[in-house]
Amino acid sequence: MAVLRPARRSSSSPPPLTGLLTCVLLLVFVSAASASRDAAAGKNNETRGDPAVVTDEDSHHQSNSTAHKKAFPVLSFNYDHVRKPFEISLWILLALLMKLGFHIIPRVSNVVPESCLLIFVGLLVGGIIKAIGEEAPILDSKLFFLYLLPPIILDAGYFLPIRAFTENLGTILMFAVVGTLWNAFFVGGMMYAVCQIKGANLGEVDLLSCLLFGSIISAVDPVAVLAVFEEIHINELLHILVFGESLLNDAVTVVLYHLFEEFSHAGTVTVVDALLGVVCFFVVSLGGILVGAIYGLLGAFTSRFTSHTRVIEPLFVFLYSYMAYLSAEVFHLSGIMSLIACGVMMRPYVEANISHKSYTTMKYFLKMWSSVSETLIFIFLGVSTVAGPHAWNWTFVIFTVILCLISRVLGVVGLTFIINKFRIVKLTKKDQFIVAYGGLRGAIAFSLGFLLTKSEMKHMFLTAIITVIFFTVFVQGMTIRPLVELLAVKKKKENKGSINEEIHTQFLDHLLTGIECICGHYGHHHWKDKLNRFNKAYVKRWLIAGERSTEPQLISFYNKMEMKQAMMMVESGIAPKLPTVVSSVSMSREEQPDDGVSCFTNKHFLRSYSRHDLLIDPFEDTLSEIRFRKQRVEMERRMSHYLTVPANRQETPSVRKVCFESEHQVYTYDDSESPRGPTVQLNLSPPDAVSLLSESPQRPNQSSSHRDKGDGEPRERERAPDEQDEQLKLSRCLSDPGPNKEEEDGGDGSFKS
Amino acid sequence: MGALQSLPGHPEYADLAEKTGFSFEQISILHKRFKQLSHNEQTLRRDHFNEIPDLSCNPIRSQIIEAFFDQRNFHQNSEGKVQEIGFEEFLVVMSHFRPPSLHMTDDQRESVRKEKLRFLFNMHDTDNDGTITLEEYRHVVEELLSHSGALGKDTAKSIADAAMLEVASISMGHMEPDEFYEGITFEHFLKLLSTFEIESRMNIRFLNMDTTTLCK
Repeated sequence: MAVLRPARRSSSSPPPLTGLLTCVLLLVFVSAASASRDAAAGKNNETRGDPAVVTDEDSHHQSNSTAHKKAFPVLSFNYDHVRKPFEISLWILLALLMKLGFHIIPRVSNVVPESCLLIFVGLLVGGIIKAIGEEAPILDSKLFFLYLLPPIILDAGYFLPIRAFTENLGTILMFAVVGTLWNAFFVGGMMYAVCQIKGANLGEVDLLSCLLFGSIISAVDPVAVLAVFEEIHINELLHILVFGESLLNDAVTVVLYHLFEEFSHAGTVTVVDALLGVVCFFVVSLGGILVGAIYGLLGAFTSRFTSHTRVIEPLFVFLYSYMAYLSAEVFHLSGIMSLIACGVMMRPYVEANISHKSYTTMKYFLKMWSSVSETLIFIFLGVSTVAGPHAWNWTFVIFTVILCLISRVLGVVGLTFIINKFRIVKLTKKDQFIVAYGGLRGAIAFSLGFLLTKSEMKHMFLTAIITVIFFTVFVQGMTIRPLVELLAVKKKKENKGSINEEIHTQFLDHLLTGIECICGHYGHHHWKDKLNRFNKAYVKRWLIAGERSTEPQLISFYNKMEMKQAMMMVESGIAPKLPTVVSSVSMSREEQPDDGVSCFTNKHFLRSYSRHDLLIDPFEDTLSEIRFRKQRVEMERRMSHYLTVPANRQETPSVRKVCFESEHQVYTYDDSESPRGPTVQLNLSPPDAVSLLSESPQRPNQSSSHRDKGDGEPRERERAPDEQDEQLKLSRCLSDPGPNKEEEDGGDGSFKS
Repeated sequence: MGALQSLPGHPEYADLAEKTGFSFEQISILHKRFKQLSHNEQTLRRDHFNEIPDLSCNPIRSQIIEAFFDQRNFHQNSEGKVQEIGFEEFLVVMSHFRPPSLHMTDDQRESVRKEKLRFLFNMHDTDNDGTITLEEYRHVVEELLSHSGALGKDTAKSIADAAMLEVASISMGHMEPDEFYEGITFEHFLKLLSTFEIESRMNIRFLNMDTTTLCK
């Protein structure tokens, strides 16, 4: 459109930020304009010059046509046709440009969590739209619950850390169910008491309405919690406690909300109704989980057969999960719990079945959708705040905020006291503080409030809800990071995927199960072990294709780690270093690249991490290309390490980067292995080659470093370790101060291959 | 509790409670279990453990049983294996799985960590030489994968090798060309599992109240 074109030209030269802001402002204008109800009428003459003119032309054309045959319209304008998708796309684009903008300004994004910034932007946009005089779009509940919320929940649920979740399930349930009930009744009851105060002219608010309000405001919101907690990298226990609570309290919220809404229409409550409410709670939660589990199993079963149509694999996961959500919503069951159950159920089987690319695609899409959803939710929250009709009542609002805080603190402290009697590892005061402080409210509360039917109280409630949301997100969200630092709360440990830790995790599981057996009571580990055995014996056979169904977890973990390491290596671009290293046979300490892989890994892990980042992205290269590059890199690495220092440079010993090799090359330091001659064939295929067989059947360019053996046949898993034995013997021989010439030749030879 | 009075008395338990940190109720329940396992004899032998049915499906069964007969776990500064153990030794071995109490200083927490890791180390180091050699580590991984048949054997070797390498890199860092890694000493083991949070993971729940649902 003509309006936009000059802007684009001008934005090419000045610094990107100014250009970005200009673009954004123009987008805002255009989106504001398109948000107006009668677009064709051309009411706005300052921004919509073009369409207005054209509509005049249209009418002009119309009138002309009656006179004579109108000329063939070379260029016509029909905005209504694309209006809805156009608006939606504009809004999403605006949201994403905002997100982009924040990360360009590093200082702000370190202090203020993203959610706050987005709400602020929403406020701005809402303000602008209102200033123009247009009607701003509000966060429609249907839009929120059906389109914006599911991706976030699916993303969170699918990647839920199961081990931490199940170990703390009792605690989480306690907080979610009892805590939310306590919050709802405390806030509702106290607000009713507040409303009785004469001076506040809140007399018309009855108990049931207050309880309804309490039930809306009491639920901890998963979106807000995720948005804030992801940035502070808190330790896994606290994260899973608060986050798990925010997910599981959906059932309670749904039941309470419907219950009180029904009652507030009916006017009275009987004991039978209360009992029915309790029954309803169980039905809602267990029903939701059941629906989710069924869809999850269906999804897992479907994924067993997708080996020939890999491209649609991710879609199955998304669709089954979304269907689970919608099916649960049909029956007024808890959609969130259904979604979580579906994701949790599906995941182990789907991941064993789908290809690596599909897995990456799925991960990317989930992260992308949830990121967009989150951004949109916060922006719309801001816009709705400006737009919606408000009824500000000082007493009501202030008391709501205070009571929410108090009830949260009391609830957490009280519940922890009870919970600690049953926990093995108790929750400390610091933990309690973080759990209490992390109880953020968010868009779910707003949407539920929006669904209320009554008119005058609704506005007051909405105002109070928005205030609480703003308070928690802004104040608590911004201060939680310095508080975490201040209190020296344990941070999330970097998950380096150590094979030793995995071995010991498994070992510990079996050990504790065994000790429980000896002790003589059926504990947590016993049941977990039983479930695992059941899973292995019956379920996996049905849901996982091929021989991966019998693959033990340790092996899968090992293979996954190998692959990860390989891709990380390739992504870090070690290949360019190839010429420089091979040219100098001897490795001096300085040449020891500081950018050794340990540093590479550090670089990766210390990057500013957000939930929506992905660590590895294998990408445009095919897998075979990756492997080829990996091989070359490995060869180069091996040369650089195990080539000994030539005789005349004895003073600088070659440095072994043992850590780096670990995942690919299996070297052992066995006394028993005698160094053999260089006739040993060096096989560079790490065990993961076989697991990739399903992807691309041939492993091209399998070459050894010394003797050029270009056999491209796929290797069996059993053979690979044999060759690795030989490979390690070679390493032993190479580590001796041996004939340099031979190694040099070998080095060149390998380089050429 | 009525059950408590009928068992051989408090003074003995006081001593044990002092040594192991269990409460009286826990000790009495464990004593009951001990008697049940040993068929009311005074000592437990290996074949008593082999009678526990649920234990038979555990892949590392033999190592767990050996740990009970390993003198290094008795906190008596002796080494070697014994053929039978009394209740005190049984209790001492069990005390390794007690959860750390809520109010502990950092030093105490550190010593609890060390104790638990020492237990694990002793389980791996079967020949009592103070290091976990590659063969021993391979054996550990093989046992873990022992239920997966022939497939497991070869991969177990490579996994163990990779793991050893990782330990070497963490502990030794830079090595001389003709140096090789002897085995994992206890210090290296500590370093290896420093982020493992073993004090909160290696615990089981000990019953404070008697329940009659005991698995055999």
